[in-house]
Amino acid sequence: MSVAEPAANFAGTSEAIDLKALLAETDIAAPIGELERDLVGLAPVKQRIREIAAFLLVARARERVGLASGPPTLHMSFTGNPGTGKTTVALRMASILHKLGYVRKGHLVSVTRDDLVGQYIGHTAPKTKEVLKRAMGGVLFIDEAYYLHRPENEKDYGQEAIEILLQVMENQREDLVVILAGYRDRMDKFFSSNPGFRSRIAHHIDFPDYDNRELLAIAETIAAENQYRLSDAARAAMTDYIARRRQQPNFANARSIRNAIDRARLRQAMRLFKDAGAVDRNGLMTIEAEDITKSRIFAT
Amino acid sequence: MRVTQGTFSFLPDLDDKQIAAQIEYCLRQGWAVSVEFTDDPHPRNTYWEMWGMPMFDLHDPVGVMQEIKACRAAHPDVYVRVNAFDSTRGWETVRLSFLVQRPADEAGYRLERQEAEGRTIRYTLQAYGVDRPAGQRYGTGQARGR
Repeated sequence: MSVAEPAANFAGTSEAIDLKALLAETDIAAPIGELERDLVGLAPVKQRIREIAAFLLVARARERVGLASGPPTLHMSFTGNPGTGKTTVALRMASILHKLGYVRKGHLVSVTRDDLVGQYIGHTAPKTKEVLKRAMGGVLFIDEAYYLHRPENEKDYGQEAIEILLQVMENQREDLVVILAGYRDRMDKFFSSNPGFRSRIAHHIDFPDYDNRELLAIAETIAAENQYRLSDAARAAMTDYIARRRQQPNFANARSIRNAIDRARLRQAMRLFKDAGAVDRNGLMTIEAEDITKSRIFAT
Repeated sequence: MRVTQGTFSFLPDLDDKQIAAQIEYCLRQGWAVSVEFTDDPHPRNTYWEMWGMPMFDLHDPVGVMQEIKACRAAHPDVYVRVNAFDSTRGWETVRLSFLVQRPADEAGYRLERQEAEGRTIRYTLQAYGVDRPAGQRYGTGQARGR
């Protein structure tokens, strides 16, 4: 291999490649557009995903003109508070990578420590390998990955699972993409005690918390998905609810909002029963302010 | 003597790419693929040793290919086959089964005749390979009378 060779190669195939055409060909605009449209907020995450998609597209173009392009490392880590959309984005990521041709099947296998680590000696390796086999050709999503490593117990079998994972992440990059997810601070601790992981993960994406305005938009989206709508008074009550709920412990962003909407639906059903009159389509669809203000959040 | 058991056995041996393509087909049909091996290739021997559990919920042949390679490495000189099991109601049976490895030297079978009541003769097939104890049947490097 002479140094001059790639240059010569490049000169040989210097016809222009239309990135727009390549974009249309890979059919990737659709999942990215969906991501932009369906997910509220998450601007830095969307930005990173656009960057990764652009990079992969350029890598594809480079390959076409014969420039060096090893298989890129696509393993990622998603950090953020609960309910900030890590799993949802992972699911979209699988379909984006599939459309770009970096995973063959595009399915997502979502696991936690229990699925990887065994109960007794010799149980862990087959269990981890089984999960890896299922995830081949797709994306392996490890939620709360830091539980794999238990520094307080040196006999913990988690280390065995980590070693198998690292080996596959290194040697079978074209077969499998691994996404680790968890809370920011604990992931940082996990990475600092497992430097092997940090160096094998190319993309660290941080999921910011939603602000109140975004949470309200999420509430309306969730309601609309279930064919409900918030009345104007209910929207004001929801705004108030979000501000109060945020102060409470165990606030889990969008997940808390989903639960709030679910409970509001229960209260709406109860209210319709109590009124015990005729109810029209509009009445069945509308969540009123009192469905929300009866929450225990407002009791204090 | 070349053993012709299972699908594709009259074709030249499949290479790994072709095996992967067949497994891909099986997985697309929703069949559970498993790997088995034996050193007793009698056609009526349905009890081959299992190499691990049947693999359910796979989407990609890479996982099966890994197991095939591991099985070949552990047992380089025996018969290895891949089975695809269809669990749908009404089938509940193996839909595809084919060899993915055979010993370099296949000894073949001899015909044995047993004299029974009257002038009756009963015939049976005996693989030369199984004259020796399990584990020494194929490819142990010892001279073998044929």
